[in-house]
Amino acid sequence: MGLSTISPTLLVASLMIAATPILLAALGELVVERAGVLNLGVEGMMITGAICGFAAAVGTGSPALGFVAAAASGAALALVFGFLTQILLSNQVATGLALTLFGLGLSSLLGQGYSGIRPPPTARFDFGPLSDLPFVGRVVFGHDWIVYLSLALTALIWWFLTRSRAGLTLRAVGENHEAAHALGMKVVAIRLCAIAFGGACAGLGGAYLSLVRVPQWTEGMTAGAGWIALAIVVFASWRAWGVLVGAYLFGGVTVLQLNLQAAGVAFPVEYLSMSPYLVTIAVLVLMSARSGRRALGAPACLGKPFHASQ
Amino acid sequence: MIRLEKRPQPSAIWKTVTPLLAVILTIVAGGLMFAALGTDPVAAIRTIFWDPLFHPQYASYSRPQLLVKAGPLILIAIGLSIGFRAGIWNIGAEGQYIIGAITGAGAGLALYPSEAWWIFPMMVAAGALGGWLWAMIPAILKTHFNTNEILVSLLLVYVAENLMASMAVGALRNPEGGGFPGSRNLSQWPAASNPELIAGTGMHWGVMAAFVAVILAYVLMSRHLTGFHIQLAGQAPRAAAFAGVRPERLVVFCLGLSGALAGLAGIFEVTGPAGQLSIDFNVGYGFTAIIVAFLGRLHPAGILLAGLLMALTYIGGELASFTLGIPAAAIQSFQGMLLFFLLAVDVLTNYRIRLGRTEAAT
Amino acid sequence: MYRRVLLSATAALALTGGFAAAQDEPTKVGFVFVGPIGDGGWTYEHNQARLAVEEEYGDAVETVFQESVPEGADAERVLTQMALSGADLIFTTSFGYMDPTINVAQRFPDVKFEHATGYKTAPNVSTYSARFYEGRAVQGLIAGRMTESNRIGYIASFPIPEVVRGINASYLAAKAVNPDVQFNVVWAFTWFDPAKEADAAQALIDQGADVILQHTDSTAPQAAAAEAGDVITFGQASDMAEYAPMPRVSSIIDNWAPYYIERVGDVMDGSWESQQVWYGIDEGMVKIGEISDAVPDDVREEAMALRDAISAGETHPFTGPINRQDGTEWLAEGETADDETLLGMDFYVEGLSGEIPN
Repeated sequence: MGLSTISPTLLVASLMIAATPILLAALGELVVERAGVLNLGVEGMMITGAICGFAAAVGTGSPALGFVAAAASGAALALVFGFLTQILLSNQVATGLALTLFGLGLSSLLGQGYSGIRPPPTARFDFGPLSDLPFVGRVVFGHDWIVYLSLALTALIWWFLTRSRAGLTLRAVGENHEAAHALGMKVVAIRLCAIAFGGACAGLGGAYLSLVRVPQWTEGMTAGAGWIALAIVVFASWRAWGVLVGAYLFGGVTVLQLNLQAAGVAFPVEYLSMSPYLVTIAVLVLMSARSGRRALGAPACLGKPFHASQ
Repeated sequence: MIRLEKRPQPSAIWKTVTPLLAVILTIVAGGLMFAALGTDPVAAIRTIFWDPLFHPQYASYSRPQLLVKAGPLILIAIGLSIGFRAGIWNIGAEGQYIIGAITGAGAGLALYPSEAWWIFPMMVAAGALGGWLWAMIPAILKTHFNTNEILVSLLLVYVAENLMASMAVGALRNPEGGGFPGSRNLSQWPAASNPELIAGTGMHWGVMAAFVAVILAYVLMSRHLTGFHIQLAGQAPRAAAFAGVRPERLVVFCLGLSGALAGLAGIFEVTGPAGQLSIDFNVGYGFTAIIVAFLGRLHPAGILLAGLLMALTYIGGELASFTLGIPAAAIQSFQGMLLFFLLAVDVLTNYRIRLGRTEAAT
Repeated sequence: MYRRVLLSATAALALTGGFAAAQDEPTKVGFVFVGPIGDGGWTYEHNQARLAVEEEYGDAVETVFQESVPEGADAERVLTQMALSGADLIFTTSFGYMDPTINVAQRFPDVKFEHATGYKTAPNVSTYSARFYEGRAVQGLIAGRMTESNRIGYIASFPIPEVVRGINASYLAAKAVNPDVQFNVVWAFTWFDPAKEADAAQALIDQGADVILQHTDSTAPQAAAAEAGDVITFGQASDMAEYAPMPRVSSIIDNWAPYYIERVGDVMDGSWESQQVWYGIDEGMVKIGEISDAVPDDVREEAMALRDAISAGETHPFTGPINRQDGTEWLAEGETADDETLLGMDFYVEGLSGEIPN
C-alpha cells in the first residue's frame, strides 16, 4: 500500500462533503461578526438544527422540509441570544457559551426516541451526462443540492458584504455602532437580523450532518464542529471566500489524514489527528504575520454592547 | 414603549437581588419544563437546590463534594477573569488544564515509585509550568504575529486532547494496567497524591489553592498597580497606553497567569479526585469556568459564589437524574436556563427600566 | 442507618399499596453509564439490559441509572450517591470506572458492585466482560468470503487490547478462507464521533475497500457504505438492523441482559459472590445478528458453523500456528491462546501491516 492508492478525485469530493457543515455555520457566523456581534453559541445552534431538521425530515419524509425546519430552529435559538445580548445587553461571550450548553441539552431532550432511525435520503443533484465526466463529473457535478447551496451562499454573502448597500450598512454597524446610530441606522434591528441569519446557517450546517453526512441522530453528534466554524471565521479574516478556503482546508486535512492512515503511511496517528488544528494555526500565523492589524479585518465593534442612549 | 436608561453607578441593591431573581425565574421556567416531562416540578427543584445541602441522607456527603466540584472551576475562572478584564480572551483554559495534568503527572511518574516528600510539590510546579507554557503559545503568537488569541487558544484544546489520548495509551500508560489506557493511579501513590486534607470536608490542595487565588486576585485587582493597569487596558486602551501600560506585557502576564492557574487545577485534579490521566480526563471545567467567570461578574468574590452555584446544579442535577429519573439532557437545559436568566437580569444592575417615551438623559 | 429508614419507608409504602411481591422491599439496582442511553451502541445496549431486568422481576426490583457520567471524580460521586440512596447492586459499565468502583466498594461493604471490562475485584466487586473476538472471527470469515477487491477496511477506536484482539481475530478468520486478503486499519482515536467515522469509512472505501469492519459505535460507516452501494458492513454493539440487508450483512450484539438478570437474581436470593467472568457466544453475551440475504447461502452456513463450533468450544479463534507480526512464533501448531495473553494483547499477528500506535 502507499500513496498511490489515494485518488485525488475522490479526496476532493469527500473533502467538500466533510467541509460543508462547517462552511455553512461559518458563513452565518461571518455575517453575525461583521455586524459586530460575537456569538459563541454556534455549536448549540448547530446541534439544535441537527435534531430539528432530522425530526422534521423523518416526520414529513422530506429532507427539504427538514432543512427548512433546521434553519428555523437555529434562527429561533439565535434570537434568544439576540434578545439577551441586544435588548438586555448581556455579555456576548458568556451568553454564547450558555447558548451552547442549552442547545446541547435541548437537542438531546428533543432527540429522545430518534436514535437508530434512517432519515429519508437527500438526493444528489442530477446533472445528467455531466456527472460522468472524468474528475469534474465527480467533484463538480456529483453532489447533493446543499453543497451547491453552500457554495452559492458563499458567493451571495461575498456580494452582499462587499457590493450591496445593505451590506455596507451591516458593516458600518459592525465597525462603528455609535456613528451608524447617529446616521439613523437601526443598529439593534440590523444586528438581530444578522443573528437570526447566523442561527439559520448554523442550523443548516447541523442538519447537513444529521441528514446527509452521517446520516443519523445521536446526542452530541456535532462533536465540536461549531467551534471549528468559529475558528474559521477568524482564520478567514472575516471574508466570505476566506471562509470557503478555511473550511475546505480544514475538511481537506481531516480527510487527508484518514486517507493517509488508510493507505498505510507510517506516521504516528496521534500527530495526524492533531494536524487539522495545527495546520489551521500555522496558516493563521502566516497570514497575521504578513498583514498588519488593519488588514486582518476584525470588525472594530466586535463583541461590544451597544446602547442607544450612551 | 420600554426604554433602558443607563444608571450613573451600577445599583448595589440590584447587584445582590438579581441573582436571586434569576434563580426564581429559573425555578419557574425549569419547573414548567420538568412538568412537561412528567416529573413533579417541586420535587425536581427541591432535589437540585435543596437536597445536596440539607437532605439527611445525602447532604453529609454532597456538601463537601460541592467544594471538590467548585474548586477547579473557581481556580480557572479567577485566572480567566483577570485576562477578560484586560480584554484578553483566553478561551482555551481546557487545553491548559489538560497540559497541566500531563506535565505534572509525567514529571511525577518519571520518579515512580519514589516516596520522596518533594515529589508532590514538584508535580504541582510542573503542572503550573505546563499550563503556563501552553498559554504562552497564543501569547507569543499574539505579541509577535498579532495572531488572534481566541482562535489559537481554542484550537490548542483539540491538540491537547489528542496529546492526552496519545499519552494515556502511550508514554504514560500504566505498565501494570493490562494494556488498558490510563496512567497509574496517582491518588494511590502517597508521594504524589492530593488527598482530602480534613476527612469529610472535601478540602484538598486544589480547593485551598482556589481560595488563595480568590484572595490574591482581589488584592491584585483592587490594591495593586498591575490590577489598575489591567482594568484600564480593558476599559480605555488609549488611556492605558498613555499611562505607560505595555500591551505585550499585559498579554503575556494575563495569558500566562490564567494558563498557570488552569494547569494547577489540572494537576490537583489528576492527583486527587480523578486519580489518573485517562482518555476522558477532561470534563469541560475549562469551558464551564468561562461561564463561572462571567456569572461572578469577573469579581473574585462573585466567582467564588458562582463556582459554588454551578457545582450545586451539577451535584443536585445528578441526584435529580437518578432519584427522579430526569434525563441528563433536561438537567443540562436547566443549567443553560439558569445562565440565561442570570445574564438577562443583570441588565437591572446597570440600567433603569423606564416606561413611556421619556427621552433618555445624558 | 438512613438507608434503613428509607428502605423501611419504601417497604411500608409497598405494603399499603398492596404489592403481591412485596414480601420485603424491592431490590434496588443502580446503573452508571458512560454515554447517553440514546447513543445507539454501547450504553444503549446496557440500558436495554436494565429494561430487561425490570421486565423480568417487575415490582420486586427498582432500577435507577445515571447517563453520561465522566470517568474519574464524577463517577466516584455518582456511585457514592447511588450507594447512599440504598442501592443493593450497582453495575458500572465502563472500564474507566474501575478505580472509583473499588474505592466506593470499600466504603460500602454491604453493596454489591459489578464492573464491566475491568480486572480489579474485591469481596463485593465482580467483573464481567464479553469475548467479542469470537464474534469478530465470524465477521472475519464473512468478510474474507465476500470481498472482491481483497481489501478490508477496519475502523478502530483506541489501541487497547480489546480492539487489537478484534483486529487479529477477524484477520485470522478472513485469511483462513481467503489468503489474499489485506486489512487497512484506521485509528479514529474516538469511540464515538459520527462525522469522523463517516470520513474514515469514506477514506477506506475511496481506497478500494469493499468490506468495512468497525469498532466504533455509530452507524455513520454503514451510511457511507450504503451510499457507495457495493460495500458491506457489520453492525457493532447493537444490531443496526435499519441498514440490513445491505450494507449491513450481520452484526455483533452486546447482549448483557442474561447476565444482568442472573446477577440481580443472585442478590435477591442471597447467593451473590464475587467472580470474574468472560462470557462469549456460548453464554449468550455475544450475539451474532441475523446474517442477511445479501450473503450467499453457502457462506452463511459456513459462518453459522463457525459460530456453533466456537460456541461449543470445538474451535478457538486463536489456534496455532500463529506468528506475531515480526515473524516470531506465538502459538505452535494446534495450540490455543490463553486468556491472559488475550486480555493484554498488544501485538498484531503476522500478515497485518502497519503499526499499533502507542
